[in-house]
Amino acid sequence: MVVKPKNQRLVLLLLAVVAVLGAVLLAMSAMRDQASFFYAPADVARKGLPLDRAVRIGGMVRQGSIRRHADGVTIDFVVGDDTPATIPVLYTGITPDLFQENSGVVAEGRFRPDGTFVASEILAKHDENYMPPQLGERGLHKTESLE
Amino acid sequence: MHVYANPARFLKLARPLTAWLGWAGVALLLASLAVGLFVAPPERYQGESVRIIYIHVPAAWLAMGGWTGIAVTSLMQLIWRHPLAAVAARAIAVPGSVFAAICLITGSLWGRPTWGTYWEWDGRMTSMLVLLFLYLGYIALAAAEREKGGEGRLTAIFGLVGAINIPIIRFSVEWWESIHQKASISLLEGKVSIDPSMLWPLLGSALGFSLLFGAVVLMRMRAELARNKVEARMKRMAAS
Repeated sequence: MVVKPKNQRLVLLLLAVVAVLGAVLLAMSAMRDQASFFYAPADVARKGLPLDRAVRIGGMVRQGSIRRHADGVTIDFVVGDDTPATIPVLYTGITPDLFQENSGVVAEGRFRPDGTFVASEILAKHDENYMPPQLGERGLHKTESLE
Repeated sequence: MHVYANPARFLKLARPLTAWLGWAGVALLLASLAVGLFVAPPERYQGESVRIIYIHVPAAWLAMGGWTGIAVTSLMQLIWRHPLAAVAARAIAVPGSVFAAICLITGSLWGRPTWGTYWEWDGRMTSMLVLLFLYLGYIALAAAEREKGGEGRLTAIFGLVGAINIPIIRFSVEWWESIHQKASISLLEGKVSIDPSMLWPLLGSALGFSLLFGAVVLMRMRAELARNKVEARMKRMAAS
């Protein structure tokens, strides 16, 4: 049987594309943890505290956990995720506008041996929902009345 | 597709199509941006800064769509030796790179008021920056190979292999924890989490930018075909 050069190129190229795609996707899934921008509380609970270096942690700021200290610029709050694991965070400085309870946060800093994370920088992380203010406010009032 | 392997036949269609796509794109884009900037509501948390979405997201889609187009035309060039495929792939690269740059710049400006930073090395931002560098490398390689008078086979292979970055950009926010939020519009999951008041101007703007992108690609293809013709004539004149 004679294979047309056109079809031979088609088969060879598709095989090459599949091979490259497979190799890269394997590599990507292998570097899953290393390529993450921050540790979630569940990661820290599973792997222990990385005490020796500066790291980023991230998750949701727990409802009712933000406390302002007497000096006016220091706050502490609790970061959680969808597991029971949580991380207490201490931060001195100005927070982004979108930093609030029940919203995403990424903090850069170091763990103290007692498990408290001392943040040197706070970033806000918002979710993928885009809503106009009226709907959002109604939603917020509902959660407040549940407390 | 092979009907348009004849450049003359392609040009007969491309000439009027360029104008139609261009003007329809400009009209739709202006209307959608006007609605997005003046009529659509602010976002409940982000406030007015959300309006960058009407530029940022279409630019991101088109930067990724552009490279997908390069990959498809490169495949057509390598397998079927379609004479216009290489011309189309090269024509996509420059507007594609411009959209990648627009996406990165608007994203950076949006990140400052919302997240509190212009730039972080997270998966989404890094892979998008890689896309811009791939575009620049592709443009340089295509120009160099064209200069040497080759078929552009290396350029096509580069276009094909570079496409691996597209699923990495798409899934970066799902594979890795990132500061960038997950997809708001997912065709895979059939999910849309943008309020219709913001979604419609966004889709209008994306379609307007896409039509404009198409017009620019056709213009660049016509320009390259014209240049080929001139070069061929010069060669004939030099030979005689």
